[in-house]
Amino acid sequence: MQRQVALIKQSLFDQGYLDEQFMELEELQDDVNPNFVEEVATLYFKDSARLINSIDQALERGSFDFNRLDNYMHQFKGSSSSIGASKVKTECTMFREYCRVGNAEGCLMTFQQVKKEHATLRKKLEHYFQASQ
Amino acid sequence: METDQIEEMDVEVLSSMWPDDVGTQADNQFNVEKPAGDSDTLKEVDIAEKRTMADLKRLPELLNTTDQGSSQLTNLVRQWEYMQDHAVRLLREELKILTRQREEAEAKELKIIEEHNFETEEPENVPVLDETSHLFRRFRQKKRDELVDSKRVVIDEEFDTVAYWKQKALSLEKMLEASTERERRLIEKLNESLKTMESHSAPDILGKTDVEIFHGGGVKESEDFKREVLEKGKASKREITFETELFGSKTFLIYVEPVYNKAREKIGINYMGMEVTDQVRKREKMAKLREDNAVRKAMESELTKTIHITEETMRAKQMLATMSHEIRSPLSGVVGMAEILSTTKLDKEQRQLLNVMISSGDLVLQLINDILDLSKVESGVMKLEATKFRPREVVKHVLQTAAASLKKDLTLEGNIADEVPILVVGDVLRIRQILTNLISNAIKFTHRGKVGIKLKVISQPSFASDKEQNETSVWICCDVYDTGIGIPENALPCLFKKYMQASADHARKYGGTGLGLAICKQLVELMGGQLTVTSQVNLGSTFTFVLPYKVATPDDHSDDQDEFSDMVDHHQPEPDDTTEGYFQFKPLLGSIYSNGGPVMGNNFLPHKAMLTSPIKLINGSVADPSNSSGQSQTVQVENGGYMDESESAHQYGNGNGHRCPSKESESCSSSQASSEMESELTVSSPREEEKTETEVKETSQPKILLVEDNKINIMVAKSMMKQLGYTMDIANNGVEAINAVKDTSYDLVLMDVCMPVMDGLKATRLIRSYEESGNWDAAIEAGVDIKTSESEQGCERSTDRLPIVAMTANTLAESSEECYANGMDSFISKPVTLQKLKECLQQYLQ
Repeated sequence: MQRQVALIKQSLFDQGYLDEQFMELEELQDDVNPNFVEEVATLYFKDSARLINSIDQALERGSFDFNRLDNYMHQFKGSSSSIGASKVKTECTMFREYCRVGNAEGCLMTFQQVKKEHATLRKKLEHYFQASQ
Repeated sequence: METDQIEEMDVEVLSSMWPDDVGTQADNQFNVEKPAGDSDTLKEVDIAEKRTMADLKRLPELLNTTDQGSSQLTNLVRQWEYMQDHAVRLLREELKILTRQREEAEAKELKIIEEHNFETEEPENVPVLDETSHLFRRFRQKKRDELVDSKRVVIDEEFDTVAYWKQKALSLEKMLEASTERERRLIEKLNESLKTMESHSAPDILGKTDVEIFHGGGVKESEDFKREVLEKGKASKREITFETELFGSKTFLIYVEPVYNKAREKIGINYMGMEVTDQVRKREKMAKLREDNAVRKAMESELTKTIHITEETMRAKQMLATMSHEIRSPLSGVVGMAEILSTTKLDKEQRQLLNVMISSGDLVLQLINDILDLSKVESGVMKLEATKFRPREVVKHVLQTAAASLKKDLTLEGNIADEVPILVVGDVLRIRQILTNLISNAIKFTHRGKVGIKLKVISQPSFASDKEQNETSVWICCDVYDTGIGIPENALPCLFKKYMQASADHARKYGGTGLGLAICKQLVELMGGQLTVTSQVNLGSTFTFVLPYKVATPDDHSDDQDEFSDMVDHHQPEPDDTTEGYFQFKPLLGSIYSNGGPVMGNNFLPHKAMLTSPIKLINGSVADPSNSSGQSQTVQVENGGYMDESESAHQYGNGNGHRCPSKESESCSSSQASSEMESELTVSSPREEEKTETEVKETSQPKILLVEDNKINIMVAKSMMKQLGYTMDIANNGVEAINAVKDTSYDLVLMDVCMPVMDGLKATRLIRSYEESGNWDAAIEAGVDIKTSESEQGCERSTDRLPIVAMTANTLAESSEECYANGMDSFISKPVTLQKLKECLQQYLQ
């Protein structure tokens, strides 16, 4: 069972979904905080869902307040990098670039990517945490 | 009972352990002084000792006179019956012995008879007094039978045949041979005895007086005896030992009687002697046997007693061990659960009930611990330690702790004479226990005035034994005095007894178990000292104990960890503290916002230099951030559960307002809250929780502020900090950061750059402007709502540069140059890792 968990984790790393920061989080898990990583991940998904909603709404309105969008994305990126969500972070960076240059279409496109990566990661992490119960 | 004494008209009712028939040497002999029962002195020599003869004439008299007499009588009767039984038993024994002897003698005589089987007459020299004389008749019969039998020849052939006569002839011949053989042997023996006889010619003995034959001390004795009899005119028997040439030492029973002529004049004595050496020897052996028996019986009873006692002790110790585990565990469980329950959401009523539960539980635990302590000390299980400690600090600590939970308006004093050494060796724990006990008693029974401890050195007191005296041993006398209700004189002796209180009223009014003093006394005496008390009703009492200590040399400060775990950074040798001999504490309830009062004063603030990390103060005195109180605080806060991450944001928002009071008097409010915490174990409302929590952070660790808006980042950073052993305050934006910095003096600020409301760069700028100008005008200009409360004047805060470290995401806007330009000292790039944090802390929190 343990081996399976390790394999899952390894695949997540190999496929680039997670980076070293995730390992930092694992270091913080101990007897006092046995489920620290899971807690952080849960919080992240909750928080980022909120941000995604906000960005979605902002994009739907069509006003393209790039500053605002950039702010949201900054937060999103910050959170993602803190838990080591590598692919998500990359997509966020791209989104910010588009914001910086004011490319609305680019923003829309990358945002879809962001959402996709986000959902994928979520599923994978859910699977991982379930396996390690 | 000694029969002699009875006969001498004394009633002696003490029973001795010895069987009654073991008497003195003199008693063994037949004493002519003995009246009544022993009239016939020629009766058989009785190895059994005297029977007790109760003087029947006297007894009724006694009986009539006193009750004592009657009880003595019953005793006597009982004794007499007992002795009768005993005598019976002994007689039976003797009978057995005698029977055995008799049988042996019979056997012997049979043998002799066999050898002298030609004798048919009764031997002449059988002593008449010998027990075995009557056996001879029986013996002769047996002899006859035997001999007749042996003479008969058994022929198994038919009578009157040739074979028959042949056999008869043969057997008869054999018999003849045997007979001749015997004859020969007898002749040999005869010749031998003749020889021995000849060597001592008859004239040597015959015709001589006893004086001439016998030698040794017995001669004179016999002479005296004879003279005595002649004078007294009474016949008597006596045993005398003589030395003889032929046979060595022999004991003779001598019977002397005076001879009267017709005119009733004494003309001489008749003297008869009988050899009783063997009997004497036997008698002595019997006596000795009885003695040994008695001794053995006594030993046995002692042994059984000891066994009983040991069993009891073992059972008691077993019970002690069982009790200590069995009772304490579930009780701790109950109290523990109650404490956990107190951290959950409860309404006011529930909380009140819970508080009562917790305090009752603690009281019971305390009681059990007391009982067990006492039992341990009494049963000798208690082991004393020998550790180095500073008496001044112990006294100070005890007083501080007491002051913290002080509810009355009393002054606590401590006075230590100069010649008391700085460092001594003893059992700190027990000494502290004793002091705490005495102080709490004093406080309990004092309603106004003061309570104090006084230490001084004395010369070796009288009760001390000399063996303990050596140069490095010093006797310290400790007085715990108070101006309380005092103790009446008649209650003084019972004071130290277990479960005793001065009176039933006291017990009711003041509570308590009554064990405290008993424990103290036991502990003090165990350590080789003495605990005494003097008191005057309504004026006060003084409990004094004297203990020997060994003086220790202060080699290094690492010994001193138990007293003051210093504020991490500084390990200065605190010169003020070690020699400070006078302390005073006052309670501070009701004066929350007063600045700790003058008493705090200058007595001891060795930590003044360390005000960047403000110290928790207890009731106006410098807090000793000793582990115990610090930990208890932490524990309680943990239980309070207010370290919840998700609440941290709210916490800070609330904390803002409440920081003010907590900050201003670094002394009192914390003391207030802490005193509340300590004294009542009340888990109070969230406000105070936060206060305490922040105070916890204040006390034990450097103050770190994290300014970050992203919840995940906060969670991760906080967790990392926890792993490194620190806690942090949280601010979510620049404005909050400024307010935080204003209210609290931080050692380090971790500032995120991109934040809503006010970003990190601006916040840093404003903070730096305050540091330069000493005011927050720039901040106010920028629109920050600065609460300028009077608290600020009271605060002593250093205007050292506050280390601010930026946490940048490495974008253009957050480049390192920008950071430096705005006044930041350094930066950490995100995402934050443990290593980065560690390095940063190392750099700025040295």
